[in-house]
Amino acid sequence: MSNIVDARGLSCPQPVMITLAEISKINKGQLVILVDTDTSRENVTRAAKTLGWQVSDIQPEDVGYRITISKD
Amino acid sequence: MSTLRDFFATKWGIISVGVFIGIFAPLLQKWGNPGNMGVCVACFERDIAGAVGLHRADVVQYMRPEIIGFVLGALIAAYVFKEFRPRSGSDPIVRFLLGVFAMVGALVFLGCPWRALLRLAGGDGNAIFGMLGLIAGIWIGTRFLKSGYSLGRTQTTYTAVGWMLPLVMLGFLVLMFMHPLVQGQDKSGILFYSLKGPGSMHAPLIVSLSVGLGIGFLAQRSRFCTMGAFRDLILFRQMHLFLGIIGLAVAAFVTNLLLGQFKAGFENQPVAHTMSLWNFGGMVLAGLSFTLAGGCPGRQLFLAGEGDGDASVFVLGMIFGAAFAHNFGLASSPKGIGPNGISAVIIGLLFCFLIGFTMRKRSA
Repeated sequence: MSNIVDARGLSCPQPVMITLAEISKINKGQLVILVDTDTSRENVTRAAKTLGWQVSDIQPEDVGYRITISKD
Repeated sequence: MSTLRDFFATKWGIISVGVFIGIFAPLLQKWGNPGNMGVCVACFERDIAGAVGLHRADVVQYMRPEIIGFVLGALIAAYVFKEFRPRSGSDPIVRFLLGVFAMVGALVFLGCPWRALLRLAGGDGNAIFGMLGLIAGIWIGTRFLKSGYSLGRTQTTYTAVGWMLPLVMLGFLVLMFMHPLVQGQDKSGILFYSLKGPGSMHAPLIVSLSVGLGIGFLAQRSRFCTMGAFRDLILFRQMHLFLGIIGLAVAAFVTNLLLGQFKAGFENQPVAHTMSLWNFGGMVLAGLSFTLAGGCPGRQLFLAGEGDGDASVFVLGMIFGAAFAHNFGLASSPKGIGPNGISAVIIGLLFCFLIGFTMRKRSA
């Protein structure tokens, strides 16, 4: 069961901020982030990669995306 | 298509967009736009406010096609790349007032962050104080963000909502064709045209519109944002957007040198004043307002083009803010700040602090 961060509808830079907050809480494992714009998709994946997380999956969901990131 | 899409999300993608803007802004100046004002979102929205008579400062009235192009270029890019997402409902009234005060701050300095960079690249030393103010304002904004400040979530909405500002811009363009500039006349149909001052200086309509469309298209793709550049650097030590404004500043500096437009100094710079404290103070207000609203004035236009109804409200706030700024003596001029500029900056800062302290995270 992954933790889910719902960043849909939030203005920049909040999607990245709440993703980073969750990352620092769990440190490793799997995390799902829901976003509603391509800008948020890019920003969230870029920030996650910077911290050494891997983007394992991006699926379209509703009007946005369901991003899965992971770190061993 | 996906290769092109990916390119703009890369380091070189954002740099190339900055360079594109940095080359074309000084060229627009060469082709007729005012000094160090090849592109200035705040100044140009102020000119639009004047063109439709919301204020009657007769030196700053012109329907700037660059702004129209920014929104429509972003709209085209959003449709081509299937990113048009109609959305709104994230505290629009607050965004309107943030737009108003962002404009007031920018007009006390005499330029938005885009023009601050262009003024620096043209040798205007006064812009150093503007840039410092901008960074200070953004820094304050990041403190609020860290404390949980949020304007809440947008909702997906009707396509028509996303089209509202693009339609307004199309309407402005139609007005320009219906009531074109007539040499020596300060009014054509319902549109006002400056006969002197910065409002009378402009590149040919088709050139301004084309460059505007090009910038709008590219900036929508790359998410170019002059406020986000500093914000992400401060919050996340993230260089991505910052590389874009470095590209802009360096390209504009080189282009200015090549065109003979570089003139270093503080005195007698085009459309600028030397009151350093208020160059700084105005941009503190503007930088804070942009941060609390989630984007620089250019970015708000591009967001409006991709269907963001709240960004559209911010844009309208800026246009109305320009009207207040000139009707109430808040805007500066090359002679210095306006009679009520200081009061307006203080009121604007109080407003920003009020919302920054009271609009903390609601339940997710």
